[in-house]
Amino acid sequence: MNQHSPLPLARSTPSRLSATESSATDAVVRLVDVRRRFGETPALDGVSLTIHKGEVLGLIGRSGAGKSTLIRCLNGLERPDSGEVFIEGREIARLRERQLQPLRRRIGMIFQHFNLLSAKTVEANVALPLKIAGVPKSERLRRAGELLDLVGLAEKRNQFPNQLSGGQKQRVGIARALAAKPALLLSDEATSALDPETTQSILALLKDINRQLGLTILLITHEMEVVRSVADRVAVIEGGRIVEEGAVWHVFAQPQSAVTRRLLSTIRPQLPESLANMLSADGPGDALLRVDVAGDTARGSLIGDLARETGLGVQLVHGGIDTIQDEPVGTLFLRLEGSDAGALQRATQFLQRRGAQMEVLGHVADHA
Amino acid sequence: MSPIMLELLWRSTWETLLMTGASGLISLLAGLPLGLALVITDRGGIAENLWINRVLGAVINAFRSVPFIILLVALIPVTRLIVGTSLGTNAAIVPLAIAATPYYARIAEVSLREVDRGLIEAARAMGGNRWTIIREVLVPEALPGIVSGFTVTLVTLVGASAMAGAIGAGGLGDLAIRYGYQRFETGVMIAVVAVLIVMVCGIQWLGDRITARLDHRA
Repeated sequence: MNQHSPLPLARSTPSRLSATESSATDAVVRLVDVRRRFGETPALDGVSLTIHKGEVLGLIGRSGAGKSTLIRCLNGLERPDSGEVFIEGREIARLRERQLQPLRRRIGMIFQHFNLLSAKTVEANVALPLKIAGVPKSERLRRAGELLDLVGLAEKRNQFPNQLSGGQKQRVGIARALAAKPALLLSDEATSALDPETTQSILALLKDINRQLGLTILLITHEMEVVRSVADRVAVIEGGRIVEEGAVWHVFAQPQSAVTRRLLSTIRPQLPESLANMLSADGPGDALLRVDVAGDTARGSLIGDLARETGLGVQLVHGGIDTIQDEPVGTLFLRLEGSDAGALQRATQFLQRRGAQMEVLGHVADHA
Repeated sequence: MSPIMLELLWRSTWETLLMTGASGLISLLAGLPLGLALVITDRGGIAENLWINRVLGAVINAFRSVPFIILLVALIPVTRLIVGTSLGTNAAIVPLAIAATPYYARIAEVSLREVDRGLIEAARAMGGNRWTIIREVLVPEALPGIVSGFTVTLVTLVGASAMAGAIGAGGLGDLAIRYGYQRFETGVMIAVVAVLIVMVCGIQWLGDRITARLDHRA
């Protein structure tokens, strides 16, 4: 598994990163070398992963990368061929179905297509996990009311799911998943069937629940936007392996794998085609740099300092700074006006000193 | 039509309702569990057991292949054993129920099979066992189909009970054959057909209403 590369975090390491580095004692989920194949194709090819208490871990990958198989291994809906799955310290990979049943009550799950029972009212849907757990009816209804309040659907309790919008259905799904007070919430592409606005409100609800209840959440998705909105840490899965893992802002700032870069490409600034067409590999002409900054590097007056250091005009032609998990993360496309080899070298050295990642994309010959 | 004929028509209607209702009820009580067994023992089912599944499927197919009129005659010893006689309305209920059970089992199977697998997965994820899945998911979610399928079965039974009239079962079929057909009493024939139409429409209407009330699927 990839360790994230050393970014200049130094003094400013945010406290939430400490969970990542702490011991495994607070692990709600721990996977050790989990393998699962379907016929010849390995769906999981040696996955090791830890989810810490109280964190939101985003597991991202393209379809067929193994995310669904992985999430289903956590509540025993899928059995690994080999490897170990620990839930709150207990190994579950080889438990029998009957032994898994009480354990699954500790794990809530929400689904892409909500999976609400059409024949039951909203209230009965939310109360179902409690019914399964043998909770008396009056207590079930009280708890269902509480949860419907929490998700803002108290007045819909006697309606049927087909009378609700997609976002409302997912809220019911969330209330149902929380009914039995789980230690872990699994979210299986829970926002993939929703429009962007509803997606944001569902994600905000999940984040709220995470903060208010301290609930540990594993969120699988194929959208980086989802990870960016709610996750503390992200793990990238490809071909049944975790190819990258780390704090979200960190991975966004310095993606190590090609897969991560590709997944990020939709939400990170890319060099516009018009500019790309003007580039030539060698000089003469102004150098065009791509500079990735994050944390402290992104806080200072980087462009001004760069101009002073090189004695050149520095033009921001594209990109900008974004805030992820309260950390500034950005990609800047900078044009060094009238740069020569010497100036470029000074610029490179300066940026390295400041801890920014840079790449010379080429030279813009034309003074457009 | 004479008062005696009216009296006869009334009694025959009642007998047909009795035969249809009783055999229908038996086919529901026996066919639904059979349909359920077919679904849960099938590949990927919650109680997968392909051996049981195949045997069950073969037996059901065998019963369904026998033409009803043949079944009616072939089952006479069984009927005698259960009812004590092979004549009359009560005796007709046995072959009707035995014919309708595998028929309804297949209809129920189709409805149960249509239940979204995601719902079963959700119930499993909540910690539900097989019984929970059957009681809370499979049957309630398939209920609209189970009821509309039962309606179809009842209507089929109305027709089949008329055929049972051919071996002395009583009921509207018997009346139509003996009076309408053999004695050329066209009025009786028309009356019988009219009553059958009303009966079938009534059953269908009631079934449709219940189905619509139960159906909350999108």
